[in-house]
Amino acid sequence: MALPTDSPLRPEKAYTTLNLGPTHPATHGIFQSVLKMDGEIVMDAEPTLGYIHRAFEKIAERRPYYQITTLTDRLNYCSSPINNIGWHLAVEKLISLEVPRRVQFLRVVIMEFARIADHLICNPIIAADAGALTGFMYMFQWREAIYDIFESVGGARLTTNLGRIGGFERDFSPETWRLIHKFLREFPAAFEEFHGMLARNRIFMDRTVGVGGIRAERALQYGFTGPNLRAAGVDYDVRVAQPYSGYDALAFDIPVGAQGDVYDRFMVRQEEVRQSLRLIHQAVAKVAAEPEGVFRADAPDWVLPPKEEVYSGMEALIYHFKVVMGETKIPVGEIYHPVEGGNGELGYYIVSDGGRTPYRLHMRRPCFIYYQAFPEIIRGSLLSDAVLTLSSLNVIAGEMDA
Amino acid sequence: MANELQNLQEQVAAALGARCLKWEGGELPAVHVPPAEVYSVVRDLYDDAGLAFRFLTSLCGIHFTADATGDGEQLGLIYFLHDLPRNRRMRVKTVFPVAAAEVESITPIFASANWMEREAYDFYGIKFKNHPNLIRIFNIETMTVFPLRKDFPLEDRTRHDKNDPMFGR
Repeated sequence: MALPTDSPLRPEKAYTTLNLGPTHPATHGIFQSVLKMDGEIVMDAEPTLGYIHRAFEKIAERRPYYQITTLTDRLNYCSSPINNIGWHLAVEKLISLEVPRRVQFLRVVIMEFARIADHLICNPIIAADAGALTGFMYMFQWREAIYDIFESVGGARLTTNLGRIGGFERDFSPETWRLIHKFLREFPAAFEEFHGMLARNRIFMDRTVGVGGIRAERALQYGFTGPNLRAAGVDYDVRVAQPYSGYDALAFDIPVGAQGDVYDRFMVRQEEVRQSLRLIHQAVAKVAAEPEGVFRADAPDWVLPPKEEVYSGMEALIYHFKVVMGETKIPVGEIYHPVEGGNGELGYYIVSDGGRTPYRLHMRRPCFIYYQAFPEIIRGSLLSDAVLTLSSLNVIAGEMDA
Repeated sequence: MANELQNLQEQVAAALGARCLKWEGGELPAVHVPPAEVYSVVRDLYDDAGLAFRFLTSLCGIHFTADATGDGEQLGLIYFLHDLPRNRRMRVKTVFPVAAAEVESITPIFASANWMEREAYDFYGIKFKNHPNLIRIFNIETMTVFPLRKDFPLEDRTRHDKNDPMFGR
């Protein structure tokens, strides 16, 4: 329970300074909060950032568009396929490339799996920080199952570099579809077990209800997006507000909370996992209804030709060279493309001067913006509640520091 | 869509008057304003009941080299605003010479602008008047350069091991 927070810091009183992080296990990432403590009560917090700043925006100014995908992997690495596909969508908007319907729904399948993987890290970690490690280990194996799907599509598990501008590198294999169907068949029962373990658990509720709450107005002031904003009761979701990649053809609900506390954030994410499963079922059906074997746009300027053609035909070799060297003509212009990432609105702002690299790339990283509210949220609460609040906000150091 | 954009342009023009230097249409419209007026523009877009841009999506700096502008080196700021209930987005843009890189902070309007402005300061050296805590956010405080400016090299120029007689560096 939050204690009265109005009492200002008293100059004559000695407070304890506590460094939470940068490598403390409870921060789940490389960032630091310098806490000013009165006994066990947090009086003030000063977050310090930049421990894993890698200057993505600078590096991107020297890379052709298709090479920037690997940088996006390393933003929110819990759901890198969303970052990858968000980047592809942004570039496709810049070059006005339409991708086939089947590709759009294949992307939805991947992005929703990534969202489930993201929430399957965040929610069990809330439980783990509250002392219930079982759910964390139990859900970890399902994350592994999702990573198996990513691996069979793109070859990598965590930093996926999944998909290409214009679609995918290759079609989903029968093995991929087998893994997808296996997951859809077996996961819901296990997930409901996990849900049942915590949702009405007295201890868990005592630890989370009314802890780390933020009201909708303050949340909007602080630029909250994603599940954290929805937990405060604002039904803003980029998938609905600005549909991309065929989301407008799919039916799903946006869960919202009321108090914006740790429990609401937990519950919103739980429901989003169910909605994601619903979306995957629909998207799989849509994929089946489209002509088979289409996995990328017919855009030789952007999509690498098949290797056998590169080795045998001149035209394919020329296009291969053009794509790899980043020598395709790019229109001059500015675009902003948001997608609903695992923890909020992830946006790419590209300023193109027609060169082979972006003139300026700005990434709107959701947790960099909403983590600012952390000191305000935890002021006056217990240290153990501050840790829970931090994990429930789903702050990813890689994304925050870019 | 075209109608909505037309409406937005007219509303913004009416609310801002002479402060609206230029209107940029397209899918994400932008209004160019003088640097001294940034705060009052964002304030008016926030307060005006018909506009009500009350969500700051993002904020970023930009550096234009003398070659790019043809009019000397310039820095700029781009504010991304969102009117959530009507689901409209727009940008506010401002450019200024490097020597006069100072605008008023919008932290009194948006609490979220705090770190975004610190980021712009850290990487572009743009100063924000009335900012509560204008220090570098990612880089070390003792750093003297602004790394996202175009004249800052990506690689360490003191290294020679990367020089290649055939391909250069």
